[in-house]
Amino acid sequence: MATGTEEHAAEGGGLAIHPMDQFIVKPLFGDGPVHWYTVTNVTLWMAIAVVALLGMFVLATRHRGIIPSRLQSVAEMLYGFIHKMVEDVTGHEGLKYFPYIMTLFMFIFLSNFLGLLPMAFTTTSHIAVTAVMAMAVFLTVTLVGLYRNGIGFLGIFWVTAAPLVLRPILALIEVISYFVRPVSHSIRLAGNMMAGHAVMKVFAGFAGVLGAGAVLPIVAITAVYALEMLVSFIQAYVFAILTCVYLRDALHSPHH
Amino acid sequence: MEGDIVQMGAYIGAGLACTGMGGAAVGVGHVVGNYISGALRNPSAAASQTATMFIGIAFAEALGIFSFLVALLLMFAV
Repeated sequence: MATGTEEHAAEGGGLAIHPMDQFIVKPLFGDGPVHWYTVTNVTLWMAIAVVALLGMFVLATRHRGIIPSRLQSVAEMLYGFIHKMVEDVTGHEGLKYFPYIMTLFMFIFLSNFLGLLPMAFTTTSHIAVTAVMAMAVFLTVTLVGLYRNGIGFLGIFWVTAAPLVLRPILALIEVISYFVRPVSHSIRLAGNMMAGHAVMKVFAGFAGVLGAGAVLPIVAITAVYALEMLVSFIQAYVFAILTCVYLRDALHSPHH
Repeated sequence: MEGDIVQMGAYIGAGLACTGMGGAAVGVGHVVGNYISGALRNPSAAASQTATMFIGIAFAEALGIFSFLVALLLMFAV
């Protein structure tokens, strides 16, 4: 894994494009070391995602009409979709957190999709990016739960539906699964994005090796691309819906 | 020489960790298969359970992703 593109190309044969090269974080200007304040390609693509998100919703809602324009109906569809999901999963009280979940969903959704463009960088394929979002969700949920239910929030670890003998064991399992949440929440997204985009680059490498006669890899890459678009959407949806599920625990905790 | 053996062990372990994907595949297939068999019996109730299906998929998938995490740790952290 330490070997880069040059070494692979120098070996002759093998993949000319290394599939993991697309995930390298490099500074946008010059090539110095990467500090926390360095403007890197991650920064650029995050900014593009934010600008695209803002632009889309600002343009869509500028000339609102009874008969929506195309962009307006896209925005309305996304808004209605997430609104319904939040209401279905967290109940009516959860709607207070709708803007947060909508923001998370749209940012992840656009980051995943922008990463599918050729030469683009998928910001959500980095655990550092997704871990920040998952930790934010984890802290929000924990604080909301403690604020609303006080110490009774710890009742989610004490499953009253189970027999008394089993409850300490279940409490242990519940505590572990509670603290594993941010880990699985972030790694699910990053892992899916990284694996999917690497698969596309592997097929692109096959096409590159075969040259003009690469019909099969190109057909395959088209199919994988379609699958990746589906996965990009589903992973953004899963991230948002799991946030809703965690919020539901915090909002209606002790009776479970 | 010693380092090579350690690295070989790490790579073999990373490869073995990929078998965890099979478990995730079984889990996700089970969830979706049962959802569809339920949906075909009672199509009117199917739409309301799609979100539940995705939550189930996400939880089943998480454990497969942990095996990916183990592979990554073996490749880059050990």
